[in-house]
Amino acid sequence: MTNLHTTIHDIDFKNPIIAASGTFGFGEEYNELFDVSCLGGISSKGLTLRPKDGNMGIRVYETPSGMMNSVGLQNPGVDAFIEHYIPVMRQWDTVLIANMGGHSMDDYLEGASKLSAADIDILELNISCPNVKSGGMAFGIKAEVAAEVVKAVRKVCTKPLMVKLSPNAENIVEMAQACEAAGADSLSLVNTFQAMAIDVHRRKAIFENVYAGLSGAAIRPIALRMVHSVAKKVHIPVIGLGGITTAEDVLAFMMAGATAVQIGTVNFTTPDAGRQIVNDLARVCEQEHIDNIQDIVGIL
Amino acid sequence: MRSLTRYIIKQHIVKYFESTVESNIQITDDIYVMTVLRHEAKASAGQFFMLKCWDKELTLMRPISVYQASEEHLLFMYRLVGEGTRKLAALKNGDSISLLGALGNGYPLDQIHGRIAVVGGGVGIPPLSLTTKMLQAQGETVDAYLGYRDEIFAVEAFEPYCRDIFISSEKGPEGYRGFITDLLKAEQYDAVLTCGPEVMMRKVAQICSEKNVTCWCSMEHRMACGIGACLGCSIPTTEGMRRVCKDGPVFLASHLFQK
Repeated sequence: MTNLHTTIHDIDFKNPIIAASGTFGFGEEYNELFDVSCLGGISSKGLTLRPKDGNMGIRVYETPSGMMNSVGLQNPGVDAFIEHYIPVMRQWDTVLIANMGGHSMDDYLEGASKLSAADIDILELNISCPNVKSGGMAFGIKAEVAAEVVKAVRKVCTKPLMVKLSPNAENIVEMAQACEAAGADSLSLVNTFQAMAIDVHRRKAIFENVYAGLSGAAIRPIALRMVHSVAKKVHIPVIGLGGITTAEDVLAFMMAGATAVQIGTVNFTTPDAGRQIVNDLARVCEQEHIDNIQDIVGIL
Repeated sequence: MRSLTRYIIKQHIVKYFESTVESNIQITDDIYVMTVLRHEAKASAGQFFMLKCWDKELTLMRPISVYQASEEHLLFMYRLVGEGTRKLAALKNGDSISLLGALGNGYPLDQIHGRIAVVGGGVGIPPLSLTTKMLQAQGETVDAYLGYRDEIFAVEAFEPYCRDIFISSEKGPEGYRGFITDLLKAEQYDAVLTCGPEVMMRKVAQICSEKNVTCWCSMEHRMACGIGACLGCSIPTTEGMRRVCKDGPVFLASHLFQK
């Protein structure tokens, strides 16, 4: 039996598979389909300090080998998350990651303080949502702006701090290094690629926000390259994501330098993908004669 | 069959499972009826399934409402609109298909009693067929108002269960020429159930509102997960943002259109 255990920030993950933020809600719906305790961790729906209704109009749209989304961080807010959803997520034996975005430095700090004081395992800081008009993306593009946020949040955050990077950053390696220097304990990358779709018959953009985030298998090779180049240059754990669909994809991201991975869009393609990938990973590792999955991290 | 999962939402057992296509018939230019083995999946009026017959070619499953359900079969009547439905339409007898369902809150049959009108437009007509059958079975009197653009379909699926059937067609040769909402006399009913284009449902809701008749609308939306996790199908209601796939697809019209 391959040892799938993974340690990040002294927290034990039973395997390196984490459900990605925004694709898994707070786990309740998927737990009706399979026991989500089989996952290494779950990253919550992206939270903001105050509740948000999200964007109007079309929010999800199929594209070649992927999809675009423009949900716009619809969420119940940090307070409701702490009161109602942490207890829900704590029913399961899996690492609880609270994902939080923001529109202003004040929002980030207040939200991070509250979450840091609550019963979460890791705070994943979203500096990269492409679907929120102000804030979000701006923080994710320029390394010096991102570093400021991370530095400030670091001061109020007593929990391990994972920073989720945008592939839309001017320079992903510089961005990663800036976040590391600012105090990030780990990095997750990549979020969605900013993209566009047009309904030529109506002569209109598909999404009300015009641009939306592209995810799924289509982005996987680029995400893999970014994980590889970042992992070479930072000394903190990198969590890889971007179109991971199979156990082989998990191994590829880990060989490229990821300590763990997140799975997102595949949850929509195959509703019990989380369980399937965990099971397949154990089998594929056996076949590949991998005794300890951490042995392959960064071998390329 | 490979039964992958069983779980329970609001008394309905929902499954993610592989099934077999028993038939897949084109009935108009762009409307098809697919019959698949049911494998004990439960389905109630106005519910839907997520379907897929692909592995890697497409990313998302497709939400299709239940047209009819028998002891052994589920029937889906769907319109060919894009790549996903084109792949579904190409399925042959014996092909396998993955289903997730039954999903969503359909028409609340325990709250719908007396004289009922079902008002369907286009591909919104099929889910009202199972609904009508179930209403008749619990002793209600149902009139069907079926609005088409041109070709008429599925009328025979209403005939055994209705007192009256009204048909309209915007272009076709049969029935009243115009909109089905022109024919609706809401005051004759205790409740009106509608499914179809939003512009039609808005009109039905307005007619019902004027006559103080309860109106239930079944909403359609692009979806990713189908089970309430991704928030890809959220719509604004008077109760706040609601997920079409999980809180709906059926909502009180007064929660949707009054602003």
